[in-house]
This record gives sequence, structure tokens and C-alpha cells, in this order.
Amino acid sequence: MADALLPPEFSYLEPFARDWCLASEPERYAKRLASTMDEMQAFYGALFPRAEEAIAYLEKFPLHDLPDDARRLLQLLYSLIMVSFPVEIWRQPYLPDTGTASFELKDEPVP
Amino acid sequence: MKVKVKQYPKPPEGSWTEHYPELGTAPVSYESSISPEFFELEREAIFKRAWLNVGRIEQLRRKGSFFTKELAVARTSLIVVRGMDDEIRAFHNVCRHRGNKLVWTDDPREEAKGSCRQFACKYHGWKYELDGRCSHVQQEGEFFGLDKADYGLVPVHCDVWQGFIFVNLAKEPSQSLTEFLGPMNTAIDYPFHNVTERFYYRGDIRSNWKVFLDAFQEFYHAPILHGRQNPVMSNPEYQRLGFYTMHFQIDGPHRVGSTSGGAGGLLPPEALNPIEGVMRSGLFGPWDTADIGTEGFPPGLNPGNKKGWGLDSFQIFPNFAIVFWETGWYLTYHYWPTAHDRLLFEATLYFVPARNVRERLAHELAATTIKEYALQDCGTLEATQMGLESRVVSTFPLGDQEIMCRHLNKVVNDWVADYQRSRAEV
Repeated sequence: MADALLPPEFSYLEPFARDWCLASEPERYAKRLASTMDEMQAFYGALFPRAEEAIAYLEKFPLHDLPDDARRLLQLLYSLIMVSFPVEIWRQPYLPDTGTASFELKDEPVP
Repeated sequence: MKVKVKQYPKPPEGSWTEHYPELGTAPVSYESSISPEFFELEREAIFKRAWLNVGRIEQLRRKGSFFTKELAVARTSLIVVRGMDDEIRAFHNVCRHRGNKLVWTDDPREEAKGSCRQFACKYHGWKYELDGRCSHVQQEGEFFGLDKADYGLVPVHCDVWQGFIFVNLAKEPSQSLTEFLGPMNTAIDYPFHNVTERFYYRGDIRSNWKVFLDAFQEFYHAPILHGRQNPVMSNPEYQRLGFYTMHFQIDGPHRVGSTSGGAGGLLPPEALNPIEGVMRSGLFGPWDTADIGTEGFPPGLNPGNKKGWGLDSFQIFPNFAIVFWETGWYLTYHYWPTAHDRLLFEATLYFVPARNVRERLAHELAATTIKEYALQDCGTLEATQMGLESRVVSTFPLGDQEIMCRHLNKVVNDWVADYQRSRAEV
């Protein structure tokens, strides 16, 4: 695939790559809040069973010298962590009982 | 899953609270958290007299590195800078010419950081060396008998402990930083310089700073408020019997609480959220202990010398906390009041820099987990503020697990009373 975003071994995740390969936590958190449970469940359902395989693949590269497609796969795993809270615990995109309180990540490690 | 709720021996007086008789056991008033007048006193009595942590030296890596710190509580902004002589200094962020805020980028209300050789005012171009001296006055000949030596930046007392940069806004602090921190805190000798991968969160919360801080210095609420998020805490045994802290200790205005560990590696799968098993991380941080580069256990931690130790929550008066976790990471909290009913809350997580994707993912899950917990606290503490402000109830019972809340309440009242006495004497 000429326009593939992910390593060929993970081509089955391409349908999720455009939405969920997000470089920063604020983008991932905003995406979570803007998504439906069905969308997050579908993404989680596709990646979670293969997460260990993806981690094992990424471990072959130095963390600070990841090829572009591997870096995007890592971003998908960060997004998996983000959606795991609504999918595994809350059954809704936002946390219950938090009103309008905000708590924003302003500085994070790269990648 | 079977869990055993552990209770721990208490001091011979029968409770942690009665071990410190000056605390009393009576219900306490939270008037100090809902009164705008009391907050005005706190500005002077506490935040302009105590040593305040404003950052770490890793934020000032090179000569000329600086950051600004907005201190709404003292109605000032500070510049913190590493000078050409490697000395770390702090100044009020005010140009001596006509009072313009000296260092800012784009939005004068936002904090700035960067690196420079000198500071130049955006208004009329007056310049200052990194040690505060005024080095350039635009069209100096137009002024009347002006000597640049009299127009340096206004310095703020600044000192560093274990890489933490503290300032004191008093003209002459009554104690050095080391005296202020006292023996319990200064016993800590931790390799902070090896634990530098940083996640920095901030939130603007509509609650009093002490009401908010109190939720971060007791674990009594954990199985209830956070019960749903964590399969261990939602276990019926914890729901029925609650959670007990191993050890409390008070030293001057500061306090520490230690609890058992819980990094999930020891738990059966049904006690975990599925993501935790894959990422080997969760509420208590990464399961695999990081090499923090020390031989043996860092001095000063686990001050009660308890078996099964998992974390220490050091509460450094007035608004700074360091939490050390058994698997080799730490976090800090800062509670910066911006009004009597509002605060800026900062949480910063520090890990040994990840060497591979697996370690980095474990950090990501730990950081994301902390955010989920903090947001639950944020919502609830806005609700607490509303309840207190109704003034329907004036005093509130605090249990032995809430000794640290009782202590903060007392220390704040003591510092304010001391300030009022000193004013009366003048």
C-alpha cells in the first residue's frame, strides 16, 4: 500500500491509523471525548488482542530512533491506553462526576 | 478475589492524632477555606513568609536558561534563571523603569521559558544581566542623575535543596531553607537527577487550596471515590472495611503518610484492568522496578521503617508534596491558590528515562491513570467547596486517618495567628 501509515505486519490496523495516530496526549484526550463508545470499542477490539505483538515489534528499535511507521504504531498504543479507561471502566467517553473540571497535560516525553 | 485489609499498629496513645496532643481531636472549622478575608491573611502570613518550591534545576539546564513563575497568591511574577556563573537566582519580573512585566511571550498572563544572555524590556528596551544588574538604559542621557547601579531587578531569596528550587518572598526570611524544611524532609537523599522523564499536568480548579490539598493527604477516600476505577479498591473487603495508612509522622509544619504497596505485578488478573496486564503498569506506577542508580534504599524514605512499604507522601508546607513510589519513580503536587475559592493544581510525574518502548508505555499508562484519578478529585472538591460555602454546617469531624488534614488546618491557623500577633506588636 503506497499510502500505508503503519508497518506492513500491522496493515489490519490501517483503518484506525488516520484517526488514532496522534502525537500528543491532549490530542488523544480530545479524540476520546469526541468519539462514540462504538468507535472506541472497535479500535480497542482490533488493537488490544495484538498489543503484545505490537510492543514486541517496536522493542526491536531504539526508542529515540523509531522509523515513521513504527512511531505511528507507538502512537496507536498510546491511544489504546487512552481509550482503555472509557472501554474497560467507565462505559462512557468522559469520567463520571467531574463536571467542568479540567486537568491538562502541558509537557510530556517525546516520543 | 480474596484481599486482606491490613490495619497497622498505632502509637501507644491509641491513635496517631493523640500522639500529637497539640492537634486535639475536636471537630474542625473550614471557615478558613471559604473566607475571602482569611485568604488575604494567608497571602501575607503564609505565602510571603514560607519557602515555596517553584521548580527543579533540570528546568534550567544551561547558563542563561530561565523560566517565569506566576504567583497569583503573592500578586507577583518571578524570573528564575541560571546565571553565567551557574548560580540560580530569582527576581521579581518587573522592569525598574516603568513597571512593565519584563519577561513574557505572546500572553503576559502565561508563564514563559527559554534561554538568553540578558533580559530586555519590550517597552523601552532597558536591559538586565542574568544576575539582575541593569546594563542598559535607552537614551540614558535623557534621565536625571540616574545611576544604573541603583536600578537592578528586585531580588527574591532563592535556594536549592536536592535540585528543588525554592523562593522566599520575605524581605528577610526568618529561617534558612534547610531550617525551614526540618530534619524529616532534609533526611531525604534521593537520586532526583536520575529520575527526569517528566509528565507535567495542570488544572484550574474551583476550590480552596486546602480543601483540595486535603484530598491528597488522606487515603481514607480511596476505596470510595476511586472505587470504580480500581478493581482492588472496589473489592468488597475494602468497600466494607476501608483502607488504612501504615505510618504518619509530623515534623514542624510538614507531615508524611506512608502506605503499603500495590504495583500490580503481585495481583491476580481479575484484580486488574486488562490494559494493566499488557502494559505492566497502573495505579501504583510501573510494575517493574526502575534502576534509580543508588546502592540500597534511599535515605529518608519509609521514615516509619515499615515492612511492606509502598509509598511516602511528604507534605511540605505550605503547598508542595513529593510522593515516592516503591518501583523507582516519584511525583510532585503543587497547590497554588488564585483566590479563596480557586487554585491552580500542578502534578508532575518523574520516571527514569525510558530505554525502550515497553518502559515508555508503562510510563504512559501510569501518567494516564493519575489523570483519571485527579479528575475525579477535581470534580468532587468543587462540590465540597460548594457544600462548605453554604455555611449550613460549621464544624466537621476528622478521623485518625485524616490526621494530616487536621494538622494542615492547625498550622495554617497558627501561621496566620502568628502573623496577626507580629502585626499587632508593630
